[in-house]
Amino acid sequence: MKTVSLDGAVVPFAEGQTVMECALAANISIPHLCFLPGFLPHGSCRLCTVKIDGRLASACTQPAMAGQHVEIDTEELRQVRLSLLRMLFVEGNHYCPACEKSGSCRLQKAAYDEGMLDLHYRPWYPKRKMDASHPDVLIDRDRCIFCELCVKASRDVDGKNIFGISGRGIDTHLVVNSKSGLLADTDISAQDRAVEVCPVGAILVKGRGFEIPIGKRLYD
Amino acid sequence: MIRLATCSLAGCFGCHMSFLDMDEKFLGFVERVEFDRSPFTDIKSIGKCDIGLVEGGLCNEENLAVLKEFRENCAILVAVGACAINGGIPAMRNHFSMDECLAEAYLDGIGIENPQIPSDPELPVLLQKVCPVHEAVRIDYFLPGCPPPAGAFEVLLEALLKGEKPELPRKLIHYD
Amino acid sequence: MGSNPLQLLIAIQKAFNHVPDDAICRVASALGLPISRILGDVEFYSFLSREPLGTYSVLMSDSITDWMLGSRELFLRLCGNLGVSPGVTRCDGLATVGKTSCTGMCDQGPALLVNGIAVANLTDERIDAISRLMEKQIPPVAWPDEYFRVESNIRRRGWLFQDWQGPILEGEVLLQEMTDAGLRGRGGAGFPTAKKWASCRDAPGSERYVVCNADEGEPGTFKDRVLLQHCAGRLFEGMALCARTVGAKRGFLYVRGEYRYLEAHLEAQLAARRDADFEIELHWGAGAYICGEESALLESIEGKRGIPRVRPPFPVTFGLHGMPTVVDNVETFCAAAAIAAGGGSEFRSLGTAGSCGTKLLSVSGDCARPGIYEYSFGVSVSQILEDCGAGNVLAVQVGGAAGSCLDASEFGRKICFEDLPTSGSVMVFDRTRDMREAALNFSRFFAHESCGFCTPCRVGTGILAQAMERISEGRGTEEDITEIGDLGGILKASHCGLGQSANRAVRDMLRKFPEHFEGGVN
Ligand SMILES: Cc1cc2nc3c(=O)[nH]c(=O)nc-3n(C[C@H](O)[C@H](O)[C@H](O)COP(=O)(O)O)c2cc1C
Ligand code: SF4
Ligand code: SF4
Ligand code: SF4
Repeated sequence: MKTVSLDGAVVPFAEGQTVMECALAANISIPHLCFLPGFLPHGSCRLCTVKIDGRLASACTQPAMAGQHVEIDTEELRQVRLSLLRMLFVEGNHYCPACEKSGSCRLQKAAYDEGMLDLHYRPWYPKRKMDASHPDVLIDRDRCIFCELCVKASRDVDGKNIFGISGRGIDTHLVVNSKSGLLADTDISAQDRAVEVCPVGAILVKGRGFEIPIGKRLYD
Repeated sequence: MIRLATCSLAGCFGCHMSFLDMDEKFLGFVERVEFDRSPFTDIKSIGKCDIGLVEGGLCNEENLAVLKEFRENCAILVAVGACAINGGIPAMRNHFSMDECLAEAYLDGIGIENPQIPSDPELPVLLQKVCPVHEAVRIDYFLPGCPPPAGAFEVLLEALLKGEKPELPRKLIHYD
Repeated sequence: MGSNPLQLLIAIQKAFNHVPDDAICRVASALGLPISRILGDVEFYSFLSREPLGTYSVLMSDSITDWMLGSRELFLRLCGNLGVSPGVTRCDGLATVGKTSCTGMCDQGPALLVNGIAVANLTDERIDAISRLMEKQIPPVAWPDEYFRVESNIRRRGWLFQDWQGPILEGEVLLQEMTDAGLRGRGGAGFPTAKKWASCRDAPGSERYVVCNADEGEPGTFKDRVLLQHCAGRLFEGMALCARTVGAKRGFLYVRGEYRYLEAHLEAQLAARRDADFEIELHWGAGAYICGEESALLESIEGKRGIPRVRPPFPVTFGLHGMPTVVDNVETFCAAAAIAAGGGSEFRSLGTAGSCGTKLLSVSGDCARPGIYEYSFGVSVSQILEDCGAGNVLAVQVGGAAGSCLDASEFGRKICFEDLPTSGSVMVFDRTRDMREAALNFSRFFAHESCGFCTPCRVGTGILAQAMERISEGRGTEEDITEIGDLGGILKASHCGLGQSANRAVRDMLRKFPEHFEGGVN
């Protein structure tokens, strides 16, 4: 049986597995955001950055190889994760108290887990367009972290192909596949996997605001 | 005695309320701490302090002046609450231009009588953007939350009074 | 052009001075692609725009070497002459004046692109003359030819420029000869070329492709431009040899949009080829440095946004349309062709132990003779400085914005994979220069060219650029200086080489020339 070492623990893996997959199978946690089991790994958020034989790599995309020495929980990597989370917060507009996803948001939870208390960097306060055109589903682009989970879920699970990512660099943004560019002109439904899969409060079902009391939410 | 000052800049006093939520623990602190400038004391100018707690972000020039005074006078300065840390709800105005905001608030909004934009020279000049306090001065510690739970104030002050570095436990870290 | 979305969009941009929303929808439905794919292209490539641009669309080259030659003053002069604000189309629709990253004319700058075609050697007079031509609505084709003349400035010729005429080696014999000669990739990473070709040949796949990377976007590099001009035949030979070796029927030459002026020349050279078994297609870039990264380049040929792929799998097994693909630099293919024609043993005898043969260097900046220099690997920086006529040198930037900045104590270092690996950019700064300017220029470059895919680079390059902006305006803080250094650790977590090396040069400059930055910090 081929094995890798994850923070010293010797873990077996099957051919074709990534470092993330073999860690998950062994119940070893590697923080992640854009990775979700069942979807092709994306590798964009970089939160799952680990050190493999001295080099930084994203665990979700890196194939496990026999004899690899993987570091996860080191001070250096904690700093990297903290910085990445702060970057995700400053490039968007994350006013958690006013966000319906609060308490069930994976970005927020990841930041709690890493003990993020401040932004460190200066917030950018971007002005991205909101799309409230659809009766049941809403897009707040200010909270999007470009994980492309909605893109994949809509295309591959819902079979609707409603979302895409456009732009470049800091102008990267979520777009909708309709002539008007509006959600109202798509056949999205509040039950779509694409809606549910969004890790943050960027795609929300309308009329469900703050339904669950504080203390009872997913990550409370 | 440890001297402590507090202020609310562009905030809602919610953090101050949460501070008072320490209930009987607050009485314990009062025995060890002397309040300097603070809404609790109504002292209007700050003297040399050991600890300063700042609620709220920066939305006008007065906020900025107060913050700088706090930095100059406090050995340890703590940013308290979402607004101080990332601008919070007041920063949602950053999505709009100043003109749009003023027009909505004083000219075009629903139920406005005698529409006019206030121009009294006594009023502090608004900043173009609301911003968090760490953009203007060095901050020593951060207490997230909207507001931070009373328990978080407790952990912070207990540690600081003992001369230790505060370590917020995971369950006291939240942003809402 | 056919049904390739990117090439279609470039044609639409040319015809209408923008890509109207209606056209985006029509291209999408004609090609059976989602609208977001086409919109994604338009909003990704900087030579495409959704807003109508002027009849004359002018882009001033914004490389540090252009700055050193006065491009920023010329830019303002041009805007003033035409009465336009930067980036805003004049009300009468006559002109739009903006900026673009390095156009690869560093040895004859400042340069600009007018409707995509390069005009170099700009002076006040030339800017005024161009302004008048535009006001009179004279189309660029009727402008004086000399405006569009691009010099080759080949200052030093060696092995690569020799006319190798031996019997052509092919297949396994060629691979062995390339291995013996020690040929490594010239695009920067230095991967052994024969090994790459063999991996592609051995990978399973119903089709195979050969792709030449002529994206040449690294600021200060222009040697591929000169090779395309003078050695296109040799290049195509190299690609064809590769195709025969790996079993490919189709090839692509990916040329950066900035070199559009070479179109007629390249088309003619391609038409002159007679090889029924291997067809080469031209594919134009549209203003995106990241498309020089090989997997982003493949995405771009597939008509997508230039986002680097997850690697592995590498292009040799999973390349264009998922098929085994060789991607090599222009110089690499030219060298392979020369080795096939008998140049192998001499190649082997040149250079250092780990870096055989010669390297074309693009030398620009403060020197008397900027241009192309071919040296054997192992040449010292001081030798280059002497040959190009550089005096009173403060710093040399080797490897472009992603490379290293050397101070005078390091001019003994050598160009080779073991010491200073480079795709060939050598920029010289003399003692009158403020390195803060270079740091500002490079940090802006990365923020502008980051593809935006991964967090550390998308946000980190922005933070870096903002810190440098403040320092340049004298509003910087000690924290900004610390931040620039600290960002390196996070940028290393980036998905591709762009982000990973984005703070290297700036960090070098801060460390080696701290006095240049003092004025920026209060
Ligand atoms: C950001 C980035 C930009 C690059 N730009 C170029 C380029 O313009 N030309 C080039 O040949 N290689 C470029 N490369 C390197 C290519 O990815 C690839 O290694 C090269 O084309 C392989 O060819 P070679 O083996 O012949 O060098 C770039 C790499 C990165 C990460
Ligand atoms: S998306 Fe998450 S992190 Fe962002 S505001 Fe909402 S709860 Fe907070
Ligand atoms: S909208 Fe949500 S799921 Fe879609 S890319 Fe943004 S963060 Fe990811
Ligand atoms: S490092 Fe930069 S250029 Fe490379 S994938 Fe990430 S965002 Fe894109």
